[in-house]
Amino acid sequence: MQWAIVLLLAIVAPLLPGWTVFLLSVALAKALVVLGIGLLMRGGLVSFGHGMYYAAGAYGVAFAMKLMGIREALVLAVLGLVAGGLLASVLGMLLARYRGLFFAMLNLALSMMVYGALLKFYWVTGGTDGMAVRQATFGGFVPPAGLLRVAYFYLSLGVVAIVVSMAHRLVRSPMGYLLRALRDNEVRVNYMGGWVEQTIYRVYVLSGGLAGLGGSLVVLNVGHAVPDFAYWSQSGEFVFVALFGGYGHVLGPLSGSILFEFVRSYAYKVSPYTWQLLLGAMLALVILFLPEGLWSLVERRMARRDRWGWSWRPSS
Amino acid sequence: MTQLALIAVGGLFSASWLFLVSLGLTLIYGVLRVLNVAHGSLYALGAYLGSSMVLVALEKGHGVPVSYLILLGAALLVGLSVGPFLERVFLRRIYQKEEVLVLLLTFAIFLMLEDVMKLVWGVQPYVVNAPYVALGVVKVGGVRQPAYPFLLTGIAVTMGGLVWAGMARTRFGKLVTSVIEDREISAALGVNVPRIFTGAFTVGAVLAALGGAFTAPMISVVPGVAVEVIVLGFAVVAIGGLGSIEGAALGSLLVGFLRSASVHLFPELDLVAIYLVMALVLLFRPQGLFGRAEMRRV
Amino acid sequence: MGVVLETVELTKYFGVVKAADGISVRVEEGELVGIIGPNGSGKTTFLNLITGYVRPARGSIWYRGKDITGLSPRVVTRMGIARSFQIPQLYGGLTVLENMLVALAIRAGRSGEFWRPLQEDARLEEAMQTLSEFGLEGAAAQGVSSLAEGERKLLDVALSFALKPRLLLLDEPTSGVSVKDKFEVMDRLVRVLKSSGVTTVFVEHDLDVVMRYAERVLVFQEGRVIADGPPGIVLSDAEVKSAIVGTG
Repeated sequence: MQWAIVLLLAIVAPLLPGWTVFLLSVALAKALVVLGIGLLMRGGLVSFGHGMYYAAGAYGVAFAMKLMGIREALVLAVLGLVAGGLLASVLGMLLARYRGLFFAMLNLALSMMVYGALLKFYWVTGGTDGMAVRQATFGGFVPPAGLLRVAYFYLSLGVVAIVVSMAHRLVRSPMGYLLRALRDNEVRVNYMGGWVEQTIYRVYVLSGGLAGLGGSLVVLNVGHAVPDFAYWSQSGEFVFVALFGGYGHVLGPLSGSILFEFVRSYAYKVSPYTWQLLLGAMLALVILFLPEGLWSLVERRMARRDRWGWSWRPSS
Repeated sequence: MTQLALIAVGGLFSASWLFLVSLGLTLIYGVLRVLNVAHGSLYALGAYLGSSMVLVALEKGHGVPVSYLILLGAALLVGLSVGPFLERVFLRRIYQKEEVLVLLLTFAIFLMLEDVMKLVWGVQPYVVNAPYVALGVVKVGGVRQPAYPFLLTGIAVTMGGLVWAGMARTRFGKLVTSVIEDREISAALGVNVPRIFTGAFTVGAVLAALGGAFTAPMISVVPGVAVEVIVLGFAVVAIGGLGSIEGAALGSLLVGFLRSASVHLFPELDLVAIYLVMALVLLFRPQGLFGRAEMRRV
Repeated sequence: MGVVLETVELTKYFGVVKAADGISVRVEEGELVGIIGPNGSGKTTFLNLITGYVRPARGSIWYRGKDITGLSPRVVTRMGIARSFQIPQLYGGLTVLENMLVALAIRAGRSGEFWRPLQEDARLEEAMQTLSEFGLEGAAAQGVSSLAEGERKLLDVALSFALKPRLLLLDEPTSGVSVKDKFEVMDRLVRVLKSSGVTTVFVEHDLDVVMRYAERVLVFQEGRVIADGPPGIVLSDAEVKSAIVGTG
């Protein structure tokens, strides 16, 4: 099913207005971060600090351009992935030991320190002004101004398509199920001889890498890396979208992210003083009545347990 | 020497403010196991309502002394109405769910209240500092200090004392203690746990609003005051230990003096320093310095 | 026949309560041992100590000649000791089949795989086979939370059994199972266990079950083993009878 959507989007994109394509690009890129958050949620962990990996990807791209002169889009995207993953592999060693509220708050604290550092070391990071990111090249080729948006869109689309299909496999794999198992009953996993912390660590690093990848794609689209990427409200936004879209199915983050970006930009235009009200209300409704996210509505229509007993619904 | 005194006094004031603000937060967590992001919103509501009511009163020709009562009244109004409302309508439905989910719900409430305040009071700053100015200055250690912060300190200490004594002496306080100890057994023994929850949440809400109302004369009340409360309040409560009054006190002192010191000595480190301390405490003692401790005196 | 399990002066305090008071016990390979005793006599603590869930204050635990004192449940399980629980410990969000598949994947050391699906023909086959040995194949597609208590118990035991342990510790395998089903369940269980040669130690409250199935009985009281022998002899002993009055 996802390939049909990808194809549709790919065909339709050049026909859409520039800002729609831009919004879609950004939404797709952010969906990568949300996917990572969603994976952690499957393991029962919520991080309020993934903005730091998102920022790592964005600033990683900015530095690579500035210091090393790298302009190739795909290379930069991979660099973002590496930046996020590397930071997560370091911090994850500490964080994988915690759960619940403490995991959430510790992530928050660390991300706020990253934010503070980005602000403070202004002679390196540009402080509140951030760092500018110039146009990327595609295979050495600089797209003409009119096609730039579309080029970035295809990049985002391509990356997302690959990642989503990999995530699709992960979710059905032993590791994917182990993640759900340790959310349900960590003790039992230990009593089966399974690795709890190793699994959490791996998923954490993966989510950090995804956040970095998302950050790099967004910054290419937006052209500017700012400390706010690491701020707690940005991290919170990723968590919200994960809840909205639902993290039970890999298309949840995708649909949630796209919906979110569009609703936000409309709501803001219509009435900037009520966007947060709307957001808060939507979030409250989802938490109270639809904790598995909006995609679960789609899933319920498709839901069936086939012969071998595959549960489509995630644990709630 | 004077700089040290300045830092000390500044630290004391900062600590008092933080304590007032985090007392309710830690109380709510201790009883309901809810980390209430909307705490900052309750603070802001107290600030907005207090300021606007004092403004109206002053315009009507009332004297400044009445304004203190008005601030108190505004705080009580906010706490006693919004508090129970939030608890009954929103929180009550999801107590059984994971703590983080409940946290997210309180975050949703925070977002909604942010815009509600913008819609009701607009985005222009409210600067109502007559109550602040009226108290004048005092001389402390040879340095002239505004007197108003001492009032705030007094309120903070009084509230701390009241809560602490209330827990130990009043019937309600003892019931709250038993609910903190063990919710299920309390319920089995006939304690009306939902009522205790509402009551405890309301007390926390009143404390938050009180903080906001009495801080209002010192600042310009704008959208966004809630955020500062949340950010710092969480740090204090995490350091001190969720659910512990002594922890809130100690955490406030720690963070308060740290802030004061960094303001005078290394301004850029302010936020980083606080979060660094929080991270360090959580790493070595995840439950905070006094974490999971009883709310009553040991 | 080798010694599979040996505990030496195993001692554990919970505050002032002596949950284990110098327990020294030896279990040979292939034995089917029942543990009985009044509530609070330390039976579950004994299992917790062996599997590393709690650390002993004193004493040591030996598994096939190796000192496993203080090792974590994860390590102990990987070494070949599996355990079921008084309250079934299952993965609530997964189906019966998925629970079993996860156990098999972990056993095979392949739980870290992320590119192949959990459902693989070989694994599926073994899962369904094991489930049917325990009479659960009909419930394979059901969510674990919708199972009857007895089925949950069975699944818990089945999961531990699926790990192909050398030593299987069962904590009240028939509690929660209806009276009329108890013997059927135990028949099936014992048949499976005996045919696979697993050494089994099970804690049980129901004396009829113990009488019928255990080859050897250990009687616990206040953290000590007060009797050790064939069920016929042990259960007719006067001291044992007075100790376990009120049990079951």
